[in-house]
Amino acid sequence: MRTSYGEALVELGAINNDIVVVGADTTQSVKSAMFGSKYPNRLFNIGIAESNAISIAAGLALAGKIAFVSTYAAFIPGKCVDQIRNAIAYPNINVKIVVSHGGLSVGPDGASHQQIEDIAIMRAIPNMRVIVPADATAVKRLTHIVASTDGPFYMRLARPSSPIVYEDGKFEIGKANILRDGNDISIIACGLMVPEALEAAEILKNEGISARVIDLFSIKPIDKDTIIDAAKTNGIVTVEEHNIYGGLGSAVAEVTSEYKPVRIKRIGVDDRFGESGEADELLDKYGLKAKHIVNKAKDLMK
Amino acid sequence: MESLLRLNEIAKNTRRLILEAVAEAGSGHPGGSLSAVELLVALYFYKMRHDPKNPRWNDRDRFILSKGHAAPLLYSILAQAGYFPIEELKTLRKLGSMLQGHPDLRTPGIEYCGGSEGIGLSVAVGMALASKLDNKQWRVYALLGDGELQEGQVWEAAMAAVKYKLDNLTVIIDRNGIQQDGFTENIMPLEPLNAKWKSFNWNVIEIDGYNFNHIIRALDRAEETINRPTVIIAHTTKGKGVSFMEWAPEWHGKAPKKEVLPKIIKEELGY
Repeated sequence: MRTSYGEALVELGAINNDIVVVGADTTQSVKSAMFGSKYPNRLFNIGIAESNAISIAAGLALAGKIAFVSTYAAFIPGKCVDQIRNAIAYPNINVKIVVSHGGLSVGPDGASHQQIEDIAIMRAIPNMRVIVPADATAVKRLTHIVASTDGPFYMRLARPSSPIVYEDGKFEIGKANILRDGNDISIIACGLMVPEALEAAEILKNEGISARVIDLFSIKPIDKDTIIDAAKTNGIVTVEEHNIYGGLGSAVAEVTSEYKPVRIKRIGVDDRFGESGEADELLDKYGLKAKHIVNKAKDLMK
Repeated sequence: MESLLRLNEIAKNTRRLILEAVAEAGSGHPGGSLSAVELLVALYFYKMRHDPKNPRWNDRDRFILSKGHAAPLLYSILAQAGYFPIEELKTLRKLGSMLQGHPDLRTPGIEYCGGSEGIGLSVAVGMALASKLDNKQWRVYALLGDGELQEGQVWEAAMAAVKYKLDNLTVIIDRNGIQQDGFTENIMPLEPLNAKWKSFNWNVIEIDGYNFNHIIRALDRAEETINRPTVIIAHTTKGKGVSFMEWAPEWHGKAPKKEVLPKIIKEELGY
């Protein structure tokens, strides 16, 4: 995902001189350094000072630039919600926050680096749009879309490389992608949980349950129609690498409870902090694997 | 350039407009607005290249009011410069007004949504970087309160401005010594302030914030300085010009009553 982001930045840099990138001592890791090696005067490494980095990005945007700012999700938005709110979202300017290392799958670095509250926080800020791509193709397409769409964005990537979800695909902000049709149950996921959802659907199929799989990469703005339609199945399982409070599951429940009440099972991190371990071990321990989705889906069929 | 006499007249009128606007609103921050009047008059009527008829002119100098609570001051200046009618000041802080309690981009001439302290200098650094990147001549000016220097982010920005040799950035500190809860040196001491900025490798100039000759010379010297940013520490008095507001922390964020306003304007400002 990160490499795909770096490649997209390099492509954008070539077609638009106003693209600038702000980093915070993690440019190698989040791959914004790829942009820097091609356009050294347009990458600003601000050091270990995230509030400063995000606000400098705001200044660049106010002066007409399209400013991408990237580091680990633990630190942006972790350390600078006020700056994001007041210097970016309130003036509604062209700062594109693209962070890596979202969720538990950060792995061995442990809880301090496993950002599981960001979707809730960013979703609550007016003008901010929240995007969680599922794989490298999605990252590349969405980076281009985010660059060419006016206003602030928060896009969250995961640290591990992701299984391929999209050979090709259409992406539109505010529209979910239905990756697999099904009428018994719906699974709505984002990020690395999308391949898990697809795997779960395959298992369910073998057990005679037809599951629809929806990639809700655009968590805000949200695709109400697709969710309302999913609510016509027997139930919805939501899956995210995020606290169960305030993230994708909450966003889906907000829509269904208002427009088309349906039973929902939320899969996420159950309001606790993570720990060290390999990504896959953690996703298993915290109940975020295909088998866990299958169990919840079966519950809903009862 | 306007004559010194003219600058003094504008300053006097600005104080009147601030008091009228804040009294009409029934709330706001007169103390920190009155303290920096001459600094903004010098910027907008002497130093900055700007065009009130074309507020978004690409090559304009930018002004960042980091201490956003001094909005009544900035609005009074912008109105006199011709960005919007003076009468608009009467709508300050009222529902539907373009003059929000703290600056907002909806107002012509406003470049930055100040209000949350400690962010403005970083935003100014970003703007100055953009000007350099595009090989432009426009400069960035930022007014910071002294209390907000307690925010650590200011010093992050101070480091960045030096790293990028931002000689197109001039910071002015309204060193009035008072913050909401009392005197800065009691709440969280800032001294030795000059030495702090020097140690960050800034060009430091200290002036009397009410002497137009000092202010003008400092702004000119800042523009002539190459390869590093300049900070002007302007010694000021919170509530300047209204005797009972001077050095009085309680006037940080309190409006004078409308009924006593004519008396204040007559007796304190000499109208």
